[in-house]
Amino acid sequence: MAFIPGQPVTAVVQRIEIQKLRQGDNLILGFSIGGGIDQDPGQNPFSEDKTDKGIYVTRITPGGPADAAGLMMGDKIMQVNGWDMTMVTHDQARRTLTKKKEDVVRLLVTRKSLEEAVKQSMSYPRQ
Amino acid sequence: MDTESTYSGYSYYSGRSRGSHRHGERSRDRHKTRSKDSRSEKSVTINTPPAEPLLGDSAVRGEQVQDDNWGETTTAVTGTSEHSLSQEDIVRITKDLEDSVGLDCRRYFTLTLAVILGLLVFLTPLAFLVLPHILWPERLQSCGTACEGLFISVAFKLLILLLAVWALFFRPPRAGLPRVFVFRALLAVLVLLFVVSYWLFYGVRILDSQDENYQGIVQYAVSLVDALLFIHYLAIVLLELRQLQPCFSVCVMRSTDGETRHYNLGQLSIQRAALAILEHYYCDFSVHNPALLSASKSRAAKHLAGLKVYNVDGEFPAAPAEGPGNNAAAGLAHSQSRAMIAAAARRRDSSHNELYYEEAEHERRVRKRRARLVVAVEEAFTHIKRMQEEEQKKAPGDVMDPREAAQAIFPSMARALQKYLRTTKQQHCHSMESIQQHLAFCITNNMTPKAFLESYLTPGPTLQYSRDHWLARQWTLISEASVTSGLKDGTVFLLKCVDFSLVVTSKKIPYIQMSEEYIDPKSHKFVLRLQSETSV
Repeated sequence: MAFIPGQPVTAVVQRIEIQKLRQGDNLILGFSIGGGIDQDPGQNPFSEDKTDKGIYVTRITPGGPADAAGLMMGDKIMQVNGWDMTMVTHDQARRTLTKKKEDVVRLLVTRKSLEEAVKQSMSYPRQ
Repeated sequence: MDTESTYSGYSYYSGRSRGSHRHGERSRDRHKTRSKDSRSEKSVTINTPPAEPLLGDSAVRGEQVQDDNWGETTTAVTGTSEHSLSQEDIVRITKDLEDSVGLDCRRYFTLTLAVILGLLVFLTPLAFLVLPHILWPERLQSCGTACEGLFISVAFKLLILLLAVWALFFRPPRAGLPRVFVFRALLAVLVLLFVVSYWLFYGVRILDSQDENYQGIVQYAVSLVDALLFIHYLAIVLLELRQLQPCFSVCVMRSTDGETRHYNLGQLSIQRAALAILEHYYCDFSVHNPALLSASKSRAAKHLAGLKVYNVDGEFPAAPAEGPGNNAAAGLAHSQSRAMIAAAARRRDSSHNELYYEEAEHERRVRKRRARLVVAVEEAFTHIKRMQEEEQKKAPGDVMDPREAAQAIFPSMARALQKYLRTTKQQHCHSMESIQQHLAFCITNNMTPKAFLESYLTPGPTLQYSRDHWLARQWTLISEASVTSGLKDGTVFLLKCVDFSLVVTSKKIPYIQMSEEYIDPKSHKFVLRLQSETSV
């Protein structure tokens, strides 16, 4: 998912809707994020391009809301509820995801297998 | 084998040593060895041996007890007399005889030439000043103030020139080089030409015409002395300063044991470079010890000893035939040597195994003896104490000077020291007298036992030992290029001595191109590498 500065980013994305789970006073989503424009991109184990400073899903709590919605480890989050996630700091991403007033987050995530699936389906002739 | 045959006069002792009866040992040990195996008790004789070796080294005990490989060391040249010499000793004696003859007349010749030139140079200005007064005194103008001032200048400049020449040229010669020293010869010729041309001018323009202007003559003499001082400056630059800047890196390797050192030299001729290297050799290289090379020689002899070449096809090159016959004989020898090499390569010998275990065993033995030696010496040193001033009045009876103190404590460490020296094959380098002298020296200067032992534990530089043990006195310079030509990159020459040679190769120090880079001290800034993971 390399990008060229100045050019629009194109990616094949999947729409994932997660219902937040209420645990006491907190609303949790059940996954962990890493990355951000203020972080070191070289230490991200999931990115293909080691200069990619996007937000990645680093861990999924099994059985949690994110797991139920189909989020997978290593996904790059492109949008959250319409807010862009490709050029944000780590803290901004955290705040966007954990807004107390929202019950549900609609994510646009991308992963490598999506691109390959699209390519494969395009290579088969239409029937 | 050659190096051990010097002491083979004692070989008839060791031939009987297996039977545990040793001549000249102390009676205590004789009783012991009768009961034990002879290998376990290696006794050391401290009494002087019955035969005096020809080279006068009375402390040498000889290779009496080498139970491990006595079969090899004792079957060397067992001469009919007890004063047997090895081949190398004979060569060394003949070389020493022809050492001092022949070069002395050359040295005196150059010395007289130098003295004559010096006298000529110093007396010339004085002659220039004095001759007009002798030859035409009545027509000469009287010397005014400026002229007399010039007299003082001439006097002091001549004094400075005298001191400078004494400092530069009248030093004791350190070596006799094979060829003439080119720069010195050139300078001498230059000075001679210079003085001769001044005399010519003086003779033609002043003596013949009998010039009355004395001040001009004095100024002429002053200019001569000035020019001589400048020539002396040139001499300093050519002879002393030019070779100070290092230009070549020289690698010196000893041919017998491969000990290598590197030195930096300036632009020198080959013979002067050889002289500088030899002066470093005496300080840096450890003393040449021929006894350490016998093991590899015996191994080399064993490699090819087991192979014999038989000519199965039966063609004997009986008479020296011309043309094709000779080629056949040469080809036969060639094929024989190739066959031997191939057979030796194929043979599965276990000599590497032997070497490994032998070296491990030797290492262990050396360490054991060294430990015993260190303990013995430390204990010996505790027996004596430096006497304080106030004790001097109390006990005048037992007072000893350093030599007597050394002799008093020497017997307790002598045995351990001799055993150690014999194991490390250094026993011919140190005589008993020299050991006692060294001990007295250490006691006088309040040295610890460790300091005393240091010169015996490691083989030191050649200068440390007395002159007879150097084995390196007369040197021959062997070079393909002329020895007065300068050092170049890739020059190779040899410095040969009787027992070994030093191989010298020179390499030019490369031209170094350096550039600079400025770092602003405020430019040292750091950031943290963050990698946080937040769960949402």
